[in-house]
Amino acid sequence: MNTPETPSVMLKSLRHDLRLIAGLIAENCRVLDVGCGDGALLDYLVNHKGSDARGIELSQNGVNACVSRGLSVIQGDADTDLLDYPEQAFDYVVLSRTLQATRQPEVVLSNLVRIGKHALVSFVNFGHWKKRIELLFRGRFPVNGQMVNWYNSQDIHPCTILDFVMICKNLGLTVEEAMTVDSQGTKKTISTNGISANLCGEQAIFLLSRERF
Amino acid sequence: MATTSLSLLQVANGNLPGHLVKMGLDKPLYLDSGKSLSPFVVAYETYGKLNQDHTNAVLVCHALTGDQFAANPHPLTGKPGWWDHMIGPDKILDTNRFFVICANILGGCLGSTGPASINPSTGKPWGLDFPVITISDMVRAQIRLLDHLGIDKLFLAIGGSMGGMQVLDLASRYSDRIFAAVPIAAAPRHSAQNIAFHEVGRQAIMADPDWCQGGYLNNDKCPTRGLAVARMEAHITYLSEPALHRKFGRRLQGREELAFGFDADFQVESYLRHQGSTFVDRFDPNSYLYITRAMDYFDLSEGHNGNLAQAFVGTDVRFCVMSFSSDWLYPTTESRTLVRALNAVAANVSFIEIETDKGHDAFLLDEPEMHRTLSGFIDGCALQMGL
Repeated sequence: MNTPETPSVMLKSLRHDLRLIAGLIAENCRVLDVGCGDGALLDYLVNHKGSDARGIELSQNGVNACVSRGLSVIQGDADTDLLDYPEQAFDYVVLSRTLQATRQPEVVLSNLVRIGKHALVSFVNFGHWKKRIELLFRGRFPVNGQMVNWYNSQDIHPCTILDFVMICKNLGLTVEEAMTVDSQGTKKTISTNGISANLCGEQAIFLLSRERF
Repeated sequence: MATTSLSLLQVANGNLPGHLVKMGLDKPLYLDSGKSLSPFVVAYETYGKLNQDHTNAVLVCHALTGDQFAANPHPLTGKPGWWDHMIGPDKILDTNRFFVICANILGGCLGSTGPASINPSTGKPWGLDFPVITISDMVRAQIRLLDHLGIDKLFLAIGGSMGGMQVLDLASRYSDRIFAAVPIAAAPRHSAQNIAFHEVGRQAIMADPDWCQGGYLNNDKCPTRGLAVARMEAHITYLSEPALHRKFGRRLQGREELAFGFDADFQVESYLRHQGSTFVDRFDPNSYLYITRAMDYFDLSEGHNGNLAQAFVGTDVRFCVMSFSSDWLYPTTESRTLVRALNAVAANVSFIEIETDKGHDAFLLDEPEMHRTLSGFIDGCALQMGL
């Protein structure tokens, strides 16, 4: 049996994008983490930010890891299970490095800002110069991860920062904040046009909300 | 057969180990059918100690053919209780920390009031004069037991199959009396297929001439053949094709070649016959009719205009819903329907489908993944509750 004294997750042990996401979430809020993995972010939010946090995770191992650390997580996926949540049920809905694996990114993004007052989305930027060089000089399609090939990658919808800005515009989403983070964890704010971030940013984090009329 | 009926007779006469409480003389138990029971008896077992604040109580709800003897050797069969691996010191339901209660359901046949009990107005067994009961009626009886034990709020209600239905009913209608709820391999309503299987079982019992129109106890008879067939049929639905194949395949029973007759040629036949014949030693046929009926009538969305989510509006109960991948009796889709409804009211819910080929009965087995999830969920809840 796991002991209740299991130490909670510390900010510095979180993945860089999750650390920045955690920093964007206000205290004592309701948060849904879609694709929450082993629940590291949820754990941090519950224990350090007083969040009422929930998760959705596809893998049985992930759900088990979460539930066994006392987190409320359901087995499900972003494409099918977001529809069930009522409007504005959460203050924040987090989708970290998962958008590229969804079948319908448009529908998923729309659902994020429907059920949450804010959406926090992080993704690997395929516009980064290293990815461009991969295609330009090696002639091979860039992929994420070392053991992954183009044919067995889960990432069916990879995108660049500019691609992401475009989908947000098409869906009428407001970008409240946007930043990049590199593998050392250095954060940079994305400027208005995003062109240099698109070339130099390894990962991007966007804080979004539905356009208010 | 003689020893068997004697055992059930002893039960009827109250010679049963464990606790019995007679209630409802002053305040009848009002049933969904409009009828009422006064008095009624609840037979129950407890494990562990109730703490000073009465906050560590866990209600374990048993399934169709289960009973209150969830842990330790069973007084009728001598075998370990149906959840012996779950309940005890340092087990998932740790009796060093929790006060675990398991009561025989209303309509059951191991001490609680049911169709085999004596009807106070006639002095004879109720038989078919016993009122038809529902899952909600069973829960009402459980709540009365909690009142009797001085427990205002359960830490946890947990159960598989029909036990899970009671947990859901309790969480829906008595949300202030429960902190956490774990329905396992259950469903928010009985499907047409579920009702169909139950009807076959009931017809088997009623087609047995020894059933005597339900009056077998007054005629010194028992429709054991009908009940055995009902059990055999139901038992198939608790397993899965891969599990049956792994266990028996087409292997022959005690013979080298086919006998060209209707004895049990195959091991699977012999196994089912054994299941049927041992079941009749510990179960009352009329109880089987009443309990299966109660399950068929179960539909949580009823009374909420068919909107299941309405059954949970405003709930602050923490749910952990669990299903098994090879359970085709209460398949994962049923649990997902429930989870969707809980999400629709932004309830606090965890859900996991356990990968296993053992079918519906997996909830009774020592499934490591189920244990891991449960122990995590229960520990997390205990921490929040300060236990």
